[in-house]
Amino acid sequence: MAHFTKATSVKDWLNQRLAIEKVEKVMASEYWIPKNINFLWAMGMILAITFALLLVSGIFLLMYYQPHVDFAFDSVNYTIMREVDFGWLWRHVHGVAASVVFLVIYIHMFTGIYYGSYKKGREMIWISGMLLFVTFSAEAFSGYMLPWGQMSYWAGMVITNIFSLGDLHLDGLVEWIRGDYVPAQAFLTRFFMLHVLLLPLAIMGLIGLHFAALRIPHVNNQDGEEIDFEAESKKYLDGDKAGSKVMRFGNDFLSKDMMVVGVFLIFFFYLVFYNYSFALDPVNFDPADMLKTPAHIYPEWYFLWSYEILRPFSVNIGLIAFGFAQVIFVLLPWLDRSPNVAPANRRGAFSIWFWLLLIDMIVLTAMGKLPPEGIFSTIGLVAALGFIILWVALPFITMNEKKV
Amino acid sequence: MKNKEPLILVVVVAFTLLTYWLVEPFAHSQMHKHVESEDFAYADLPAITKTGNAANGKELAMGAGGCTGCHSITKEGIPAGMDAVTAAGVYGVNPPDLSDAGVVYDAKFLADLIKNPAHALKVEHKFDAAKGQMHPMVAFYGAGGDIDQEVADMVAYLQSIAVSKDELTPAMAFENACGRCHAMKYENWTQLGEKPEFKFEKESLAYDIQVLEYQESLTKYMGKLPPDLSMYIRSRGEHFLSTFIENPQAHLAGTAMPRVGVTADAAEKVIEHMADAGDTKRDERASVGTNVMWYILIFAIFAFLWKRSVWRELH
Repeated sequence: MAHFTKATSVKDWLNQRLAIEKVEKVMASEYWIPKNINFLWAMGMILAITFALLLVSGIFLLMYYQPHVDFAFDSVNYTIMREVDFGWLWRHVHGVAASVVFLVIYIHMFTGIYYGSYKKGREMIWISGMLLFVTFSAEAFSGYMLPWGQMSYWAGMVITNIFSLGDLHLDGLVEWIRGDYVPAQAFLTRFFMLHVLLLPLAIMGLIGLHFAALRIPHVNNQDGEEIDFEAESKKYLDGDKAGSKVMRFGNDFLSKDMMVVGVFLIFFFYLVFYNYSFALDPVNFDPADMLKTPAHIYPEWYFLWSYEILRPFSVNIGLIAFGFAQVIFVLLPWLDRSPNVAPANRRGAFSIWFWLLLIDMIVLTAMGKLPPEGIFSTIGLVAALGFIILWVALPFITMNEKKV
Repeated sequence: MKNKEPLILVVVVAFTLLTYWLVEPFAHSQMHKHVESEDFAYADLPAITKTGNAANGKELAMGAGGCTGCHSITKEGIPAGMDAVTAAGVYGVNPPDLSDAGVVYDAKFLADLIKNPAHALKVEHKFDAAKGQMHPMVAFYGAGGDIDQEVADMVAYLQSIAVSKDELTPAMAFENACGRCHAMKYENWTQLGEKPEFKFEKESLAYDIQVLEYQESLTKYMGKLPPDLSMYIRSRGEHFLSTFIENPQAHLAGTAMPRVGVTADAAEKVIEHMADAGDTKRDERASVGTNVMWYILIFAIFAFLWKRSVWRELH
């Protein structure tokens, strides 16, 4: 056992047992952040705050929600919204955060792509981030089922049908996932478990991994500059704060994080109180009715782009395209063959590729919601093909990129 | 180096708003047709040209007009001829009590309803007299005098006994105009009225059976059981509800839902009642919202000041 001396203060007492000074150094005061980064680097903190909001509001909702096909809808719309004090607030916080978290994830992802933050040395950051994205998607989908509204039910039907994998007709697999021939009690109960236990645990683990992945390669910066963190941090500690290229995470960058979080929360609570319905599909306020199909079935906005990659093709081709869209982002660090870690605007053809991808995904998102008729289905098909072509072309575009 | 952050913010916000606009306003405009309000003018119905006399109207309603053969007027001590469940068995739906009809429904609508029910209710596609499909409400063919005068008298009578516009509560408007076909379980409302508290489960179940029997007749009459309206304020929204109440055919051609002919004021109250059921905390939301926004704004200001003080040494 270590040698313990009589503590001189509470901090010292804790320090001897928990090494809190060391933790503080590793986590904050000697966690070095490059100085030339902008507010887009605060998206990680916004995500952490939003996840905390989701977790806390979710725990309050969990106290009153009933995972039963006969009571789920009323437990949300009557008990939580009417009977429970401030139940409406927790629900709106949860509902709005669930949607906003994806907006911020997409901004975070595209920031990484724009500045090349996934490249050599930082692959694990990218991969753990993509795993987080996939887990968040499953979390969002399983949560969407729980109020057992009309769109919950039919989205559950459509999405689980995908697992029959077209002509492979794996109907047994679909039934195994649902626990029944159609979404019913078994389906609701297992999605409830996934949403409140298994997936949040996985997310928390992955957040840990995502942070750990940053420790060695450090955060990228606006210029993709390779910084000598040892030398620069020494400069900082020696008192040359202004001359050093790095700063502490706490409280230097943290103060900027908090400023951005402040602005974000204004936007967030504006939505919660004055525009909460932006995130809650009105169709989902009709109770699930297995005998009546809604006029249009579409997923939440953040899944629309990948839904639209599935839709314009015949069943089998669509599934292959869909599978391609799900995994291709993970491979980005290897598909981008360029040696440059630099913002897209300095990388020639890659810059065009970046903006095309962004616009293509917005077009896919729009077409994914619109009814697949006439001009919309044509645009959807072109955009889906465009998505695939862009990714296939990426290695060729970046192969001959000149060193900048 | 020039500070690019404002530009970056503009780009992020612009793409976010574009995406929002595409998946919300634009997509919804493509998926649902927009129906403009007709301002509850009922412009397609003939104007009332005569000045009604309430005393004559009362005589007609009780006598030659035949209203009380099917309708109760509880305010005048006239009970219903049969209970609601039996009435629904006979007519498909329980005929409404007329006590407050004069304030809930538009005068022009009432006049046309008395003379030509299927036309006023816009259900001629279901009740075509030529094909022998009679509307359960029997049209009034006149009591021997000037029919327009007689109708005007009856409308005047209904208006004379109804509560004033200010006394009409949202719940009353809803019960009168919607409550015989639509349940609203979040307000404990069944098609038979508010479900009472029962001491014994046996009695509660007996009541439920009555409701089910009523619903069975109603389902036969309407083609399907009209939906529970508890959450309609959120699943449909105010604009849809208002224009749908005004003219269901404009949204859903061929629907069995009749045009109920409410006045603009009554429609507003019906919608308020629906908000009372499905959005009870709207006032609390507004007041809490204001406080939270102030709090967050002050938080953001302090965060900005903190950042400035920390970063002063970094540059």
